[in-house]
Amino acid sequence: MQSHPIEVAPWGDRTIKKNASPNRALLIATSLWSFCRHKPLGAVGGLIVVVLLLLAVLAPWIAPYSYDETIPGARMKAPGAQFWMGTDNLARDVFSRVVYGASVSVTVGFGAVLLANLLATFVGVTSGYFGGAYDIAVQRVVDAWQSFPFLVVILSMMAVLGPGLLNLILALGVLGAAAGSRVIRGATISVMQNTYVEAARALGAGHLRIMLRYLLPNVAATIIILATIGLGAAILAESALSFLGFGVPPPYPSWGAMLSGSGRSFMYRAPWMAIWPGAAISLAVFGFNMLGDALRDVLDPRLRGGGGRPVN
Amino acid sequence: MRRYVLRRLLVAIPSLLIASLIVFSLPRLLPGDVVQLMLEEKAYGKDLDDLRAKLGLNRPMYIQYFEWLGQVVRGDLGESLWTRRPVLEELARRLPVSLELGVLALVFSILIAVPIGVLAAVRQDTMADYAMRSMAILGLSVPGFWIATLAILLPAIWWGWSPPIQFTTLTQSPWAHIAQFLLPAFILGIASAAALMRLTRGTLLEVLRQDYVRTAWSKGLRERAVVLKHSLKNAMIPVITVLGIQVAQILGGTVIFESIFGLPGMGRFLFDAINQRDYPVIQGVNLLIVSVVVLMNLLVDAFYAFLDPRIRY
Repeated sequence: MQSHPIEVAPWGDRTIKKNASPNRALLIATSLWSFCRHKPLGAVGGLIVVVLLLLAVLAPWIAPYSYDETIPGARMKAPGAQFWMGTDNLARDVFSRVVYGASVSVTVGFGAVLLANLLATFVGVTSGYFGGAYDIAVQRVVDAWQSFPFLVVILSMMAVLGPGLLNLILALGVLGAAAGSRVIRGATISVMQNTYVEAARALGAGHLRIMLRYLLPNVAATIIILATIGLGAAILAESALSFLGFGVPPPYPSWGAMLSGSGRSFMYRAPWMAIWPGAAISLAVFGFNMLGDALRDVLDPRLRGGGGRPVN
Repeated sequence: MRRYVLRRLLVAIPSLLIASLIVFSLPRLLPGDVVQLMLEEKAYGKDLDDLRAKLGLNRPMYIQYFEWLGQVVRGDLGESLWTRRPVLEELARRLPVSLELGVLALVFSILIAVPIGVLAAVRQDTMADYAMRSMAILGLSVPGFWIATLAILLPAIWWGWSPPIQFTTLTQSPWAHIAQFLLPAFILGIASAAALMRLTRGTLLEVLRQDYVRTAWSKGLRERAVVLKHSLKNAMIPVITVLGIQVAQILGGTVIFESIFGLPGMGRFLFDAINQRDYPVIQGVNLLIVSVVVLMNLLVDAFYAFLDPRIRY
C-alpha cells in the first residue's frame, strides 16, 4: 500500500514537508509570517502567550521585589513610578506578585491540559471505536462524572489530596477529561463513517493501526482545539479555586487568591488590588483562546473558504 | 419516542446509582471529622464516641450507604448534623433561589449567544465577525468572580451604590425580587453565552457548507430562509448538547455567585456544608443537582428528534 488516501488535516502532506526544503528554519519562519498576516488576532494571542511564558520562567529576574516581601512604609500605596500596580494591605508589591502568579497559572494550565487530553483521547477514541457494551459502560461513568457540579468535585478532591500545585493539576486534569472524551468520542464516530476506515479494515488493518493511523490524525484537530480552549479553562478554574481558598497555599501568589480572602475588605480603599490580578487572568486566558481560535481555523480545512454561498 | 424515553430513563438509573455512590463517599473522604469539629465548636456530647454513636456515624460505611439510599428512595434526605433540620425542607426553600438564578442566567446566555452566533457565521471574515468573535473570546476569558467583584466594588467607589444585602422574597416585592437576580444572573450567563455563541457560529458555518444549503441558495431562496430555516435548525443539535452541559456548570457557578451576592440558595448551602463537613447536606444537595442534570440530558436527547426529523428513536 502506498501512502494513505486520507485527509490528514493537521499536518498536510507529510512526505512533502519532510523532503521539500533543506532549510527548515526558513520554512518555519515563512509559515509563521503567513500565520501572522492571515490571522492577526491569533498572532496577538500568540504574543500574549509568549509574554506569559516568559513572565513565568523569568519571574525572579523581572519582578522588582519578591512575592512575599513586605516593603516598610508602603502599605496600600496607589500605583506610581515605584510601584507600577500599587501595593497591597500587607505592603507587598502587586506587580511583583502578578509576575510570580504567571508561573502558577502556566504550570497548572499546561499540566492539567496535558493530563486531561491524554485521558480524554484514550477514553474517547476507544469508546467511539469499539462501541457496544464497553462504550455503554464507559459512557455511563462519564455521564455520572459530568453530572457533577464542577466545583463540588474539585473542592472535595482538593480537600482529599491537600493543597498544592501537583494536586491541583491532578484534580483539574482528571475532571477536565470527561467532557473532552465525549467530544472526541463524537468526532471518532463521525470519522469512522468514512469509507477509508472501511477500506483499511478490508485491507486487514488491526484495531490499534486503525485507531492510531486513521482515527487519531483525523480527530487531532478536535484534540488541539480542545487543548487550547482547555488551557484557558484550566487557568480560569485554578483562579476560581484559589478565589474560594482551595488552590495554591499562601503566601505563594495565585491570581485568583489575590482577589479573595482578607484582601477583599481593603479593596474599597485600594481598588488596584482587585483590578490587576483579574486583568492578568483575563489577558492570559484571552491570549490562549485567541491563539486556539486561529489555530483551529488553520488546522480545520472544512471551515475555510466560502462554500456554496453566492459571491456578492 | 415513548419507548425511547423509557429506555433512557432505565439507562439513567445506573448513572444515578454510580453518582449516588460518589455523592456518598466524596464528603466522607474530606479530611477533618465532623464530630471533632462539633465538639470543638459546640461541645455537644461528652466524648467523641458518644456523639458518633448518636449521629449514627460509628457503623460500617456500606451499612450507612445502604441505609441512606433506602431513605432517599422513600424521599427522605436525612437531617443536617448541625442544625438537626430536615435537608429536604431546607432544599425546598433554597432550590427556587438557585433555579431562578440559573434559569435567568441560561435565558440571558441564549438570548445573547444565538443571534450573535448566527450573525457572525453569516458575515464570516468581516469586521463584524471579528468584533463579535473577539467579544465572545473576551467573555470566555474574564473570570465571573472578577466581574462580580468589580460590579460590586466600582459602583460603590464611584457612586456609593451597592447591591442589596438583604434578600427580598417574591411576596415582599416582586420587582425588587427579580431585580436582585438580574446582575448576578447576567454575569453568570456571560461565560456560557460566549461558549454557545462560538459553537453556534462554528456549527452553522459547517452546515452552511452542506450540499443541501448550496441547493437552497441555487433555488434562489432568500438569505433569511436559507440561514434560519434550512441551516440553523440543523446547526442547533451540538448547541443543545452543550446547553445541557452548561446547566451543570451554571449550577456549579451558583456556589460562587450566591456567596458574592448574598443569595440564600443551594450553592451557598453547599459551600457552608463542605466547610462544616455536614454529610447529609452535602449528599442531599449533590444528589439533587445530579438528578437535575441527568434529567436535563434526557430532555436534550429527546429534543434532538424534534430538531432533526432524520433522528428517530
